Amino acid sequence: MKKSRVATANPRQKGVSVPKPNPKWGREEETEVFAKKVKLFRQGKIPEDDFRRFRLQHGAYGSRLHMDYSMVRIKVPGGEMTPDQIEKIASLSEAFSIGSAHVSTRQNIQLHWVQLEDVSEVMRGLVETGLTTREACGNTIRNVMCSHFAGVCPNEAFDATPYSMAIARFFLRNPMCQNLPRKFKINFACCDQHGLVRVADIGLVPATKEENGATVRGFKIYLGGGLGAASFIGHLLEDFTPEGRVLATCMATVRLFDRHGNRENMARNRMRYLVHEMGWEKFQKMALKERSIVEMTTSYFTAQLFDVKSQEDTRQLPKAPRMAKLPMLNDQVTKESPAYERWLHTNVVPQKQEGYFTAFITLGAGDITASQLRVLASAIRDYSAEAVARNTPQQNFAVRYVRGTELRDFYEKLGSAGLANPGALTIASAVGCSGTTSCNLAITNSHRLAKEVQRKFLELGLDTDDSLRDATIKVSGCPNSCGQHEIATVGFFGGATRMNNSMVPTYTMLFGGSAGEQGELGKAAMRVPAKRVIDTVLRVIELYRQQRSESETLHQWVVSVTKGRGAGGIKNLEDMKAALAQVIQLPAQEQDPDAYRDYGSDSGFSAKTARGECAA
Amino acid sequence: MRSLRAGAAKKKAAKTSSGSAVQLPIVCDADTLRSLVRKKAVRVVDVRKADDYKQEHIPTAVSLPLARVLENDTPEKIVGIMEELGISDKTPVVIYDDTFGALAARVAWTFQYVGHINTALLEMTFRQWKELGLETEKQARTFPKARHLLNVNRNIYADASYVENVKSQPGKLLVDSRERLNFLTEHIPGAKNIPYTMVGSNGSILRKADELKRFIENRGITSNAEIITYCGSVGTLSGLTYYALKLAGFQNVRLYPKSFKEWKALGKPKEEFKDAAYWDLSAE
Repeated sequence: MKKSRVATANPRQKGVSVPKPNPKWGREEETEVFAKKVKLFRQGKIPEDDFRRFRLQHGAYGSRLHMDYSMVRIKVPGGEMTPDQIEKIASLSEAFSIGSAHVSTRQNIQLHWVQLEDVSEVMRGLVETGLTTREACGNTIRNVMCSHFAGVCPNEAFDATPYSMAIARFFLRNPMCQNLPRKFKINFACCDQHGLVRVADIGLVPATKEENGATVRGFKIYLGGGLGAASFIGHLLEDFTPEGRVLATCMATVRLFDRHGNRENMARNRMRYLVHEMGWEKFQKMALKERSIVEMTTSYFTAQLFDVKSQEDTRQLPKAPRMAKLPMLNDQVTKESPAYERWLHTNVVPQKQEGYFTAFITLGAGDITASQLRVLASAIRDYSAEAVARNTPQQNFAVRYVRGTELRDFYEKLGSAGLANPGALTIASAVGCSGTTSCNLAITNSHRLAKEVQRKFLELGLDTDDSLRDATIKVSGCPNSCGQHEIATVGFFGGATRMNNSMVPTYTMLFGGSAGEQGELGKAAMRVPAKRVIDTVLRVIELYRQQRSESETLHQWVVSVTKGRGAGGIKNLEDMKAALAQVIQLPAQEQDPDAYRDYGSDSGFSAKTARGECAA
Repeated sequence: MRSLRAGAAKKKAAKTSSGSAVQLPIVCDADTLRSLVRKKAVRVVDVRKADDYKQEHIPTAVSLPLARVLENDTPEKIVGIMEELGISDKTPVVIYDDTFGALAARVAWTFQYVGHINTALLEMTFRQWKELGLETEKQARTFPKARHLLNVNRNIYADASYVENVKSQPGKLLVDSRERLNFLTEHIPGAKNIPYTMVGSNGSILRKADELKRFIENRGITSNAEIITYCGSVGTLSGLTYYALKLAGFQNVRLYPKSFKEWKALGKPKEEFKDAAYWDLSAE
């Protein structure tokens, strides 16, 4: 029936380019197969282990201590999402999840507490807008990450986005990576600053080289890094890998891992252990040799499947109007500054494209409601000239190609849905994995803690202090580093400790970690009760303000102390621990029972975990 | 028995307009309603608050706020109200609200409970009706009093003791219509969760029948099962689920209108899940 619906198309259209085409990552037949398998599993016709492997291969984790529910992980290569996709996720979260969606630390979007029987419906909806959950979990090549600044970063050699998409397409459903010893992660950076290249199985930084008077594109490729219960920093394979050898390098690495990786010991089967145990020199030699073999034996047809050209965005984006400078980007702001100026200062950065800016949406530990997603989608359509957004490993959204002249309108629109909070690019934007809100492995409620840190820091206006700006706080609910605590200035991972004869939720505090091409892992210092974490970080900031040498940022100061090179009264981590000994003390339990509980709990703490599903 | 397609309903409506009253489908689309209104062949019931009705409403609609239905909690009183609104046994009734169909569903169920057969839910809310630019009026309507028999349909009703016995009876299933987080917190033991958010879609208070059918089939529920729906307090959300299940083709569906509120007040057993801090995932 034809309906007399009134057209709701946006009349503004502000010269926004044509929408990006549906990327078609998903396949409808996979949703039907999934629905069938669930029925067979429920009828007892498929063994549990087989079903779990299948389920994980298709992006559905079991939920915390309740296997009737799943966490559905939506793979978003490079974090890039169209408004249609964002709206679809809004509807799916309302219908089948809890009405909120969650940005992960690897550019996935997660829907929690989805009934297992509904997972196929979520998948079906995703396929309509081109998304997939395929190989988002399990022993596969996980979501291929790409810096959210790629294409707009002033320091990048070239835009790595099409390369990351081409790699993602090449490996998705590729038989060579359907049953690896363990999961495998590939991360692309834009420059030496932005990107998690040293903590991935394969990390790639775009680079160029002059050869015979011509500029050749390529990458600096790092292998064997990764975060987890034991973390390692990746090794540089060679000075420069020309773009023509990128696919072969990746294939060779995956093949080596597939052949030599540990399939017995679940706790040590990521590739970084293989590299560590074998020794880098040996692994490096094997990788280079394997690459030669790959290059000699890969068919032309296979090599053509890695098609960077087809992944390029060929739309001509309009030029942004020239405008007066935006002073608030550089000027100092305070807690009392007008909200818009504070937001501008802490959430917006200029792009290499003159007149265009990238604006960040501050979320609390990556949580966003369905109605907020709809406003976000509409704001992207109205204000982003590229008409897409990227989700970021800091669990925020980056909306790029916003004209400087329209930033205020954009801000107002976000504000109408509570999406214009400041602090996205500052210490206040704490990262937190899902913790005990949904994860089987979690010991503590890291998710809530990260939100509490953010709330407190924004309340105190710490986002406006530029000396704190490059510092980061990241929280994991267990030693497995989904919250990426090891690359934080101050990181935390959850545990349980007996204190004053009670079990207390605690966090091991780490200092001095960093991301980027020079990334380093933080050093564990001490355990802090969950309810003392915020006070402890505030005390660290206080110590920094007392001790810093001129112009030294919090991050720089913490790194110096971690390396034993602190200038003032706090020279090393031992001094730091002594200075924090007081603040981590708990009063007697009768005096303050709440101090012995975890966030989000009104009863006594006990550490409950179940089998992890990372390794199927 | 019921036509699920809007177009089919329209054809039927057109055919029978001159003779006896049309039998409405579960969900009535806007065009069908408009044509029935023009032919004066329908009673439209607005279950929003009285003030909202006074401001404007769908042409010829009468006002019956949900609160009035809940206050008059006996079949006799309900029939009395229906007669007062000019609804006879044969009058086709289309009910609408501005609360994604949940209030309309609860009133429709009540009418069916006291023996009115020909009721339908408008496919959209009043706000959507307005957004489409469809006609409204301000004039409050009254109609001559009608005669309506009282013929209580016990087969669509469940009370607490009926619900309590479901567990021991194979082929019967309890469905909780509240949102996932509420369900996880506590629910009637053995209940399955089909949140009300699942049954509607943008622009329509209920999804298409084949889609709803697939959702239920995915859950391994066979079409001959008897399903009892409940929600948090007065049977609105579960009223909508009641009609979703009817639309999906289930013959035996009952509503527990006093729902979880009464269940808790009676001190009946609950199932709780305390091992995860799932509320902290909500971005509300």
